[in-house]
Amino acid sequence: MLEVTARAAAPIPLDAAFTVAPGELLALVGPSGAGKTTLLRAVAGLWRPDAGRVAVDGVTWLDTGAGVDLAPHRRRVGVVFQSYALFPHMSAVQNVMAAMDAPDGRAAARLLDLVNLHGLADRRPAQLSGGQQQRVALARALARRPQALLLDEPFSAVDRATREKLHAEVVALRAHLNMPVVLVTHDVHEAQLLADQMVVLAQGRVVRAGATAEVMSDQEALRALGIREVAAMLPATVAEHLPDDLTRLTAAGGTLYLPRVNAGIGAQVRVRILAHEVILARSHPAGLSAQNILAGRVSRTVPGAGPAVMVHVAVGGHEVLARITRRAAAQLDLQPGMEVYVIVKSMSVARHHIAPASAPMPPADIPQY
Amino acid sequence: MDWTALWLSLKLAGWTVAILLPVSVLAGRALAWRDFRGKRLAEAVVMLPLVLPPTVFGFYLLVAFGRETFVGQMWQTLFGGQLVFSFQGLVVASVIFNLPFAIQPAQRGFEAVSRELREAAACCGMSPWRSLWKVELPLAWPGVMTAMVLTFAHTLGEFGIVLMVGGAIPGETKTIAIAIYDRVQAFDDRSAAVMSAVLVGISLFAIAVTFALSARVGRKLG
Repeated sequence: MLEVTARAAAPIPLDAAFTVAPGELLALVGPSGAGKTTLLRAVAGLWRPDAGRVAVDGVTWLDTGAGVDLAPHRRRVGVVFQSYALFPHMSAVQNVMAAMDAPDGRAAARLLDLVNLHGLADRRPAQLSGGQQQRVALARALARRPQALLLDEPFSAVDRATREKLHAEVVALRAHLNMPVVLVTHDVHEAQLLADQMVVLAQGRVVRAGATAEVMSDQEALRALGIREVAAMLPATVAEHLPDDLTRLTAAGGTLYLPRVNAGIGAQVRVRILAHEVILARSHPAGLSAQNILAGRVSRTVPGAGPAVMVHVAVGGHEVLARITRRAAAQLDLQPGMEVYVIVKSMSVARHHIAPASAPMPPADIPQY
Repeated sequence: MDWTALWLSLKLAGWTVAILLPVSVLAGRALAWRDFRGKRLAEAVVMLPLVLPPTVFGFYLLVAFGRETFVGQMWQTLFGGQLVFSFQGLVVASVIFNLPFAIQPAQRGFEAVSRELREAAACCGMSPWRSLWKVELPLAWPGVMTAMVLTFAHTLGEFGIVLMVGGAIPGETKTIAIAIYDRVQAFDDRSAAVMSAVLVGISLFAIAVTFALSARVGRKLG
């Protein structure tokens, strides 16, 4: 368990606290200047708050009250920096070995395999692409055998195609990560894909903290994030790739037809459904161009600022969010427990809104050395 | 050809480099990364030998090193010899005079090592010394190397300060630069020409070595 509290007046006013359980991935999200990276640096020992405490697995790294402040190299922490910060004079495998207490070339090679960097162990960082450097940085952070893994905007410096691939790899890697993981990101979509828990920061303060799905349906949190694209993640199974470039998926509550999904038949995926793209109907609609109609029940309606309300619809054991006007909600006379149909346009689900469900790899530990 | 003078010059340059190497690493590193009160002043003081005429600088050192002064007496008590007109005095003067040549390039070298890289080294579990050895020095090395080559070459050619502080005692303070002047005064142009050519050769060699080494480092990192 990683426990963090930090208060400071400079460089930005900060007053925040969070905890992360082992194996859990917590995303720190918020606009730039909110204090996300500063908070992460406090955990690593690269920045010292005026007052605060950092403890992991019962080991205190920082306790300003008790005068404890371990130097970064005495904290068992793995950090992936925004620009990776690989040592330019070392090869990939040497970079990984540099973080080991007892350098072991074979263990380093196994770690590079684990992050899907095959056959490039002897290349220097300058000879690797951004995505490959990111993998080396992750392997190096794991080589430290960290009690806490910190990722500082690790996907922001690569192009979108690479980022999606890396996201999928991190989801797959999750089964190997048995330490608390903290991800700093300004990309809400990324946080929603990867994180179990979310902490929304604004101007150095925690606006909202909790399970990702909960935070993502919270109006206040969303306002702090300055986003309109509220979305829910709905699990689905790939059933069939159709000749017209669509893929048929089965989800709780019905069938989805989406633009071609890059996953095999039977693969478990999660589909990101944007709340403002959802239409609700009281009865099963007919004569519509929309292909995707899911049956569900209204669980609650949350009014927001402005003309919109957020309708939470239970579909199977999951929740789909619909952002509709107050007027529409009144006309439909939506009440909790009422049966509704959720209508989603196929084309409103972008390809990068489909993420693999967690851990397709058999669980195994990080190679021991 | 005055071999004693050449040997003396090489010895002086060698000692100067040996003493200034750790100084350049520690001072260059501190000036590159740390922010402390009086940093500007420290940088200005380090630059001073660059703008002061060598004879003026040598004169002040001569006065400061004198037998009656605090520095001179301290040296006498500690090492049992005198600073003026001795090889030891030359080394001390040479170290002080070469500070800008040793520290400036090293500082530039360390400035090229980003803060994120140093933080990454710490987060990889490296202690400050290990980080210096494994990450900082290999990356700042071209700067440190340039500093040492400049110091060496500059010491070989130094004239004004050596003459003021050391005089021209054969085998003790008569360096090759002074020997050349001495030969010219004696209308022995041939000896002066040979010795000058040797100095030119050594200087060119030093520059070539620096360029070759930094080119190799550049290839390694590119």
